[in-house]
Amino acid sequence: MSKIVAIAALKESGVRGGGVPTFYSDDTASMQKIAFTLEKILDATAHDLKNGTIILVRHEGGSS
Amino acid sequence: MIEEFMKSPYTVGVIIGIVFGIISRLSMLRTDYRQYPANPHGRIVHISLGVIAASLGAVAVPALLEKEYTAVTFLTLAAQQFREVRSMERETLTRIDSLELVPRGVTYIEGIAIAFEGRNYLAITTALLSTLGSVLFTWYWGVAAGLLALVLTHFFMSGKTVSQLAHIEQAEVVMKGPDLYVNDIYIMNIGLEDTREKIARHSLGFILHPKTPDFKVTLANLGQRQAILHDLSTILGVYRDSGEPSLVPQAKIDLNDGRLAVFILPQDRDPAKAMQVIGQVPVLENAVRMPSESKAQKGEAKSEG
Repeated sequence: MSKIVAIAALKESGVRGGGVPTFYSDDTASMQKIAFTLEKILDATAHDLKNGTIILVRHEGGSS
Repeated sequence: MIEEFMKSPYTVGVIIGIVFGIISRLSMLRTDYRQYPANPHGRIVHISLGVIAASLGAVAVPALLEKEYTAVTFLTLAAQQFREVRSMERETLTRIDSLELVPRGVTYIEGIAIAFEGRNYLAITTALLSTLGSVLFTWYWGVAAGLLALVLTHFFMSGKTVSQLAHIEQAEVVMKGPDLYVNDIYIMNIGLEDTREKIARHSLGFILHPKTPDFKVTLANLGQRQAILHDLSTILGVYRDSGEPSLVPQAKIDLNDGRLAVFILPQDRDPAKAMQVIGQVPVLENAVRMPSESKAQKGEAKSEG
């Protein structure tokens, strides 16, 4: 099963920290930057939920 | 001593059998785009086994003619040996696969392994037929039988390719916000702007329309899809590195009509070449499904007609 390993979110999106580390930013550009860095560090895929939230998911079964 | 050796009625036959057996194995041992077996040692393993296979096939004929029926048990030993070839190939390829940027997939590996086993049996058969021909008649009948067996061998070993069973067309790669489509088929969600830009610059998309209902099922097989992606990435290169899981090539089907959308990021961005490559991908034996052969399907057709 795939697993969310981190979240990059806009402050205004209303996302609150829960099971995984959550990184807040003020604007989309810096959120993208955080998500980019996290993707490279975590070997995870970034997916945009279209509500000011990017989740970083490690897909299982797929090659890294 | 050589003269004495040649006096034996079977010697010429056995030699012809072995020669044709080896020729048949060599002709099936081509290093093609799959780059396999590419290294000299891999080839030596297969050539040696081919020589053994040819000898067994050739020697079986005189043994039977001399009423040495127990000699046939040697053939079972050979079968055992060649089954081992299969597991050897499987093991090697599976291990290598874990370090491929775009893996072959188990279905493709199993297909290659079976082919390697099968080729040895074909070498045995070729040797057997040519020895039989030259022992029963004369040496040139042996040669004729050998040539015929070679032709048959190639007939048996050439499988179908994707181009025979599907119509391939180039399609547009569309980004709708973070969602990636090939024409109208959804592929995946891309979160990063940077990745979206890379995809816009480097990607190619294709749609495969299966020509028969049977091939629709085969094309839906994950192993068959992975084989297409692997071959494309091997031949055209892949714009990807480790730690870039979002740049992975994908193939998704349209659940409504069975079309397959192929999304790739090649180094060599040449759509014509890519279409040719997709067309050449072998239809994997283990992915082939024939639902149309089912009695249920035929019964349905009868009640309709």
